Amino acid sequence: MSKATEIISPAHGEADAHDDHHEHHIPKGLMRWVLTTNHKDIGTLYLWFAFIMFLVGGAMAMVIRAELFQPGLQIVEPNFFNQMTTVHGLIMVFGAVMPAFTGLANWLIPMMIGAPDMALPRMNNWSFWILPFAFTILLASLFVEGGGPAFGWTFYAPLSTTYSGDSTALFVFSVHIMGISSIMGAINVIVTIFNMRAPGMTWMKMPLFVWTWLITAFLLIAVMPVLAGAVTMVLTDKFFGTSFFDAAGGGDPVMFQHIFWFFGHPEVYIMILPAFGIISQIIPTFARKRLFGYASMVYATASIALLSFIVWAHHMFTTGMPVAAEMFFMFATMLISVPTGVKVFNWVATMWRGSMTFEIPMMFAIAFIVLFTIGGLSGLMLAITPVDFQYHDTYFVVAHFHYVLVTGAVFSIMAAVYYWIPKWTGRMFDITLAKWHFWCSLISVNVLFFPMHFVGLAGMPRRIPDYALQFADFNKWISLGGFAFGLSQLIFLAVMIKACRKQGEPVSDQVWDGAEGLEWEIPSPAPYHTFETPPVVK
Amino acid sequence: MKQLGICVLKAWTALVLLVAGATAVAAGSGEVSALNLRRGATEISGQVYDLHMLMFSICVGIAVVVFGIMFVSMYLHRKSRGAKPANFHESVKVEIAWTVLPFLILIFMAVPAAKTLLAMEDTTEPDMTVLVTGSQWKWHYKYMDRDVEFYSLLATQREQIDNRYAKGENYLLEVDRPLVIPTGQKVRFLITSDDVIHSWWVPDFAVKKDANPGFINEAWTRVDEPGIYRGQCAELCGKDHGFMPVVVIAKEPAAYEAWASEQESIRQQAREEEQRLLAMNMSMEELMTEGERVYNATCAACHMPNGEGLPGVFPALKGSPMALNDMQGHIDIVLNGKTGTAMQAFGKMLSLKELAAVITYERNAWGNNTGDMVQAKDVNAVASGE
Repeated sequence: MSKATEIISPAHGEADAHDDHHEHHIPKGLMRWVLTTNHKDIGTLYLWFAFIMFLVGGAMAMVIRAELFQPGLQIVEPNFFNQMTTVHGLIMVFGAVMPAFTGLANWLIPMMIGAPDMALPRMNNWSFWILPFAFTILLASLFVEGGGPAFGWTFYAPLSTTYSGDSTALFVFSVHIMGISSIMGAINVIVTIFNMRAPGMTWMKMPLFVWTWLITAFLLIAVMPVLAGAVTMVLTDKFFGTSFFDAAGGGDPVMFQHIFWFFGHPEVYIMILPAFGIISQIIPTFARKRLFGYASMVYATASIALLSFIVWAHHMFTTGMPVAAEMFFMFATMLISVPTGVKVFNWVATMWRGSMTFEIPMMFAIAFIVLFTIGGLSGLMLAITPVDFQYHDTYFVVAHFHYVLVTGAVFSIMAAVYYWIPKWTGRMFDITLAKWHFWCSLISVNVLFFPMHFVGLAGMPRRIPDYALQFADFNKWISLGGFAFGLSQLIFLAVMIKACRKQGEPVSDQVWDGAEGLEWEIPSPAPYHTFETPPVVK
Repeated sequence: MKQLGICVLKAWTALVLLVAGATAVAAGSGEVSALNLRRGATEISGQVYDLHMLMFSICVGIAVVVFGIMFVSMYLHRKSRGAKPANFHESVKVEIAWTVLPFLILIFMAVPAAKTLLAMEDTTEPDMTVLVTGSQWKWHYKYMDRDVEFYSLLATQREQIDNRYAKGENYLLEVDRPLVIPTGQKVRFLITSDDVIHSWWVPDFAVKKDANPGFINEAWTRVDEPGIYRGQCAELCGKDHGFMPVVVIAKEPAAYEAWASEQESIRQQAREEEQRLLAMNMSMEELMTEGERVYNATCAACHMPNGEGLPGVFPALKGSPMALNDMQGHIDIVLNGKTGTAMQAFGKMLSLKELAAVITYERNAWGNNTGDMVQAKDVNAVASGE
């Protein structure tokens, strides 16, 4: 470590002088945000962008649920319905969850490891500012003749090649930009963590949020180029006469799925590992007890990341793989539940014989543990190939991945924002409104997603705009839950607007009674520049 | 206080087991449950159901234990109850135990799963074989051992989907011509596609296999009980993915034999009728009436009932240069489709008479008024390359 610190020191002095100069000339208004290289500003931009995208993607989910409120076609045409499911998925994955985690990484990683900023601040600015263009292109594609992408967020060929509309080119271009943004963000995280830790911040002293993000960043660098390859092959198959996925030209449509899921499965962990990190920060604070099994948490995260590369084809059990491959992917997938179980057990053991209080972040974290585990257990059921033949492409799968992504990833993001926003603004958020947000979300999200298990098992396929009559009762409930969950997020919006306007009681530097870590040692609100002189970690 | 915790834990366990048990009983007794997987109609689907229930019970068990301990802790170890935090933060023994124990549970799950999987994938020594071909948005069945093949289309009326008529009992799960198979025989399915990927799924058989264009997948079933079994396409295949159901009727072997022979003779008659028609001309009125019927059943899904298509996705026929001028091209594209697009080859799906009628209809409906009449022999001429 000492070597790394030596390398940083001279550069750091220079940065200091530079920053002093800036301190008096922070650009005001819009240009401050356009030109900013400050990790806190960029973190804020990412988080607001993610929230706006969450509302846009959520609005599309409302269209889907409105159409599915009762059997028959009422509100939209099937072709538009497919565009809604497709763009809803793309926006929530690439526009909401991933940028929100990157925003948290920007805000927190430098503060947690005692670094003054991210290692590559200008690239940081660039990696954020290309995102709005990517999503403008994606959303604009909905308005071109023939409509936007309608082949599902998984864009299976040949539906996305020979049989898709011309807007596919816009889709491909926008996914490329998202990928570039993610890769730049990941590089920044890795370089920062490797080089800018404060003296004494050894690997095994790093907060778990930093650890999980470091591993996530490696996953991103490994798989985003694979996604770029997949969309490029879709582009050339559609517009330039290649036959990567067309049997008539010697290609194979199933190869598309192998390539896509080689990206797609690690992508699932990209969206959940930082969540594990967040929960591992929050539970010890409110249990007033050190995290149980820190080392095994790190090893479990690394094992999950490694295993995520050898399980991709469990998304493809019905494609007609050889039985030996089906066996391999079944067993490998089941194996992932071991390190995932370790994490859940560690959280419960951290709570055990602690001294717990239940502030808003803790409530979200506990909801995360229960509901994410439900999603994890249905995932274990899905791993069993012979039964997966029944579950595959039904609402059971929809229930499963919404439990891990909404009550998992999204709840963890909300927990994180409630946990750290007093540090960011220096004020406590509106606790009464936040409680309303929590309870409304918790109840409605279960009315929304739990019955999906039932209709899925009863045989309702996913991605259909109309359904047989036996699914009608549950779908009504699901839609009502969906509308309620959507409206509940407006409470979150209100809490956030109030918080950003700095309404509320001033908070102490430590904010939460049991909070530990470098970010709680700096003043509240966190100054524009922190750790200009590195702290020494004992 | 610890005792209270244990009481809470017990009560929680009892409650969850009760709910799980009630669900299982409710699911096991009925034919088709609104809550759970169905047991189905074959030995394999029964095994799959049992595996599902085993997995479900184990998962519920794990959840009860983990959440139970967590809820007890949340009750007992609260600051408001004066709980003081303990100091422990690791334990090699415990951590090894909760890594190894789940591993053992996994092995316990994996063994029966592997057995069932091997049985499901054993497509050897079938008694008969059916080629199942998916296309946007219908299924085609071809009996490999006999002269029987047909398309199977959604039979639910458009008016029901548009909420103008009341919805029938089997809304969206009914077809004009179901697949018929004999009971007690091992039926092998060869599954493929003409265009995008579809997935042929009958929940009662626990058979779901993707139909990949250019490749052939295999699956099999042996149905014990005669009956009507309904399923749907399970892989997103475009606009009308939700409207391509699968219906299979299982008949006693004798009844199946009678049905199959009848189908063969109907096909024979149809072929003779076709030949006879080549020498005859139909009137404009007949062509238009028949053409409208065929158009609405076959073409309207993409080109829309008003012939205007979906801009940017499916071209309009109303006012299109081909429908107005190029009759040979028009017949050719309907017969042979257009590669690289969603336009299928309807030559193998429709009879010469139907083809003639629908092309005539397209050239005279919606103000296309060309006055052209296409007869069966005209279509036959293009089909045979004259």
